[in-house]
Amino acid sequence: MPGMTIVEKIFARNSEEERVKPGDFVVVDVDLAVMLDMSFLATERRNILKVYDPDRIAVVFDHMIPAADRRSAEAHAYGRDFVRRFGIKRFHDVGPEQGISHAVVADRAYALPGTLLVCSDSHTCASGAFNCAARGIGAPDLLAAVTTGKTWFRVGETIRYELSGGLRLGVSAKDLFLHLAGTWGHHTNQNVEFGGPALPGLSIDARRTIAAMGAELSAEFATFEPDDRLIDYVRERNSAPFVPQYPDEDAQYAECRAVNLDEIRPLVALPDAVIRNSVAVSEIVGVPIQQAFIGSCANGTLDDLAEAARVVKGRKIAPGVRFLVTPATQAVFNAALRWGYVATLMEAGAVVTPATCGACFGGHMGVLGPGETCVTASTRNFKGRMGDPSARIYMASPATVAASAIAGRIADASEITGDTG
Amino acid sequence: MISGKVWKFGDNINTDLMLPGPLLFATEEEQKRAVFSANRPGWVDEVQLGNIIVGGLNYGMGSSRPASRSLRNLGIAALIAESINGLFFRNAVNFGLLALECPGVHAAFHEGQTAEVSLEDFTVRNRDTGALLKAQRVPAVLLDMMLQGGLYPHLEQEGFIEPKVVGGSL
Repeated sequence: MPGMTIVEKIFARNSEEERVKPGDFVVVDVDLAVMLDMSFLATERRNILKVYDPDRIAVVFDHMIPAADRRSAEAHAYGRDFVRRFGIKRFHDVGPEQGISHAVVADRAYALPGTLLVCSDSHTCASGAFNCAARGIGAPDLLAAVTTGKTWFRVGETIRYELSGGLRLGVSAKDLFLHLAGTWGHHTNQNVEFGGPALPGLSIDARRTIAAMGAELSAEFATFEPDDRLIDYVRERNSAPFVPQYPDEDAQYAECRAVNLDEIRPLVALPDAVIRNSVAVSEIVGVPIQQAFIGSCANGTLDDLAEAARVVKGRKIAPGVRFLVTPATQAVFNAALRWGYVATLMEAGAVVTPATCGACFGGHMGVLGPGETCVTASTRNFKGRMGDPSARIYMASPATVAASAIAGRIADASEITGDTG
Repeated sequence: MISGKVWKFGDNINTDLMLPGPLLFATEEEQKRAVFSANRPGWVDEVQLGNIIVGGLNYGMGSSRPASRSLRNLGIAALIAESINGLFFRNAVNFGLLALECPGVHAAFHEGQTAEVSLEDFTVRNRDTGALLKAQRVPAVLLDMMLQGGLYPHLEQEGFIEPKVVGGSL
C-alpha cells in the first residue's frame, strides 16, 4: 500500500480512516475553527445555539479593525457578546492583541503542526507554514465546524515542490510565489506540499508568505514539511502537545517539481490576475504609480517590514505617491518599532497603519480611486480588489514595492539600493 | 433533467467579479445586481431564471465570500466548468448552487445554445449539437445540499442555529 502525503496523513489522523487517498471524500475532526468579524456581520450571521467545544474556537476581528463604519462596529459588538456567551478564551479584539487572523494564529502558534484548522477566509492556508492542514471554508461551513466539530474535504492529488538553494539578497518569498504562479499556473483541486534542502534557510515568515499565497494558486492545501526551526518556533509560543506530520517516504505525488531558489529573480504580476501573469521587474520598470502598499496576511510580517525598511532607509518617497504599510498584527508592529523599522519607514514618508486586512481587500485605509495605479505586496490583484474596478494593481515583493514608492514608478530594488544581489 | 440557455465565461473567473468587495456588506439583492459588473456590465439584466453558466478552468478562484449565493439568487440552474476552485465549490454546496466540473464543456458550447444536465449519470449534453460529455460525479451528500438550499437548512434542522434568515438577536 503506497504512503501518504502530509495532508493525507492529517486527514487520516482526524478521521476514522486508516488510509486516505486522492479521490476520497472524508469527514474530519476540526482542531481549531477561527471566526472573524465578518462572521458576525448583520447581513450574514446566523444565531448559533450551541458550540461543539469553545476551546476549539478562536475569534479574531481582522477585516475592519478598528471598526471602519457602523456596520463593522455593530458586528464587533455582536461578536463580543458571542465570545462572552460561549466562554471563548482565545479572543482577539481591537487592542494590543489585534491582527489579521492568519498572522495572529502564527504569532501565537495556535496552528499546531499536524493539526487541522479552518476559517472562513480564503488565506487560511497561510497556516500551512506550520505543517497544519489549514483551509479557507465558507461561512456556513464554518458554522458547521463550530457547532459539530467536523468538516468535510474532497481529497485532491498533491504536487510536491522540492526547494533547494537560497533566495538572493533583495529576492523574497513573494518572488518565489510569482515564479510558481507564473510558471505552473493554477493548482485547482490539488494540494501543494513544500520541502527540500532549502527549508532550514527559509524563515518562518517566508514560509507564511508562500503558504498564504497558496490560495492564489487555487490550491486546496499548501503545507510545509516540519523542521527543527518550525518546531522550536511553536514550542516557544504554545505549550500544547502536538505531533508533526512528515510525508511517508513512498508518498504518492501527482508530480514533483524541483525549484532552485538561487535562480529566482524579482517578478511582478501584471494587473487583474496572478495565474501565468508574472514578468521580470526589469520588463515593466517605469510604470508610474500613485499608491504603494505593503501588508496583508501574506506580506505584513516582520521580515517584510525589515525588507521595506532596508530599501527605503535614508531615502524619501516620490512626491504624489502614497506609501502605506500595514503590519499584520500589533505584535509585529511593536517588534518593528523596537527594531527601528517603523521609524525608518516613516522618515521615508510611509504611513504605517494599525494591523488590519484593510487595504488588501479594498475595505478601508487605502482604497483605490478610479484610474489609479498601485503596486502592492499583499494577497490579490483581481480587478476591483482594492477599490475602483478601473484601478490597476501590480503585485510584487515588499522590496519592489518599497523601491517603487521611492521612485514613483515601478522600480527594481537593486536599482534603488545599489545592491547587485 | 435540468436544461437551460448557456452563458459562457472564460478561465480563472474570480469571486470578486461575481461579488465585488464594496458589496460585501450589502444585502443579497444588492449583491445579486453587481454580478460581473466589472467584466460584463449589464449581464444581470439579460440573464434569466433557469439559465446555465459554462466556465473555463479554475472557475471561482479567490475569496470565501458567498459569490455562489448571488448566482443562485439570479436563478442560475447550474454552473458547469472545466474545473472549479475548491472554496467556490464548497460555497456552491453551502448556498445551494448546482456546480459541476466537466472537462471539455467550454469548447462544446457556444453562448446561447442549450445545455441538458442529467444528475443520474452525471452527463452534460449540448441539445443543439448533440455533443455528450461526462461530468465529475459529486458525492451524494454534497449534491443533496446543492439541490436542497445548501447547508443552513440542515444546521437549522439539527438545532445548531436558530431558524431565521439573518441577524440573530444580541
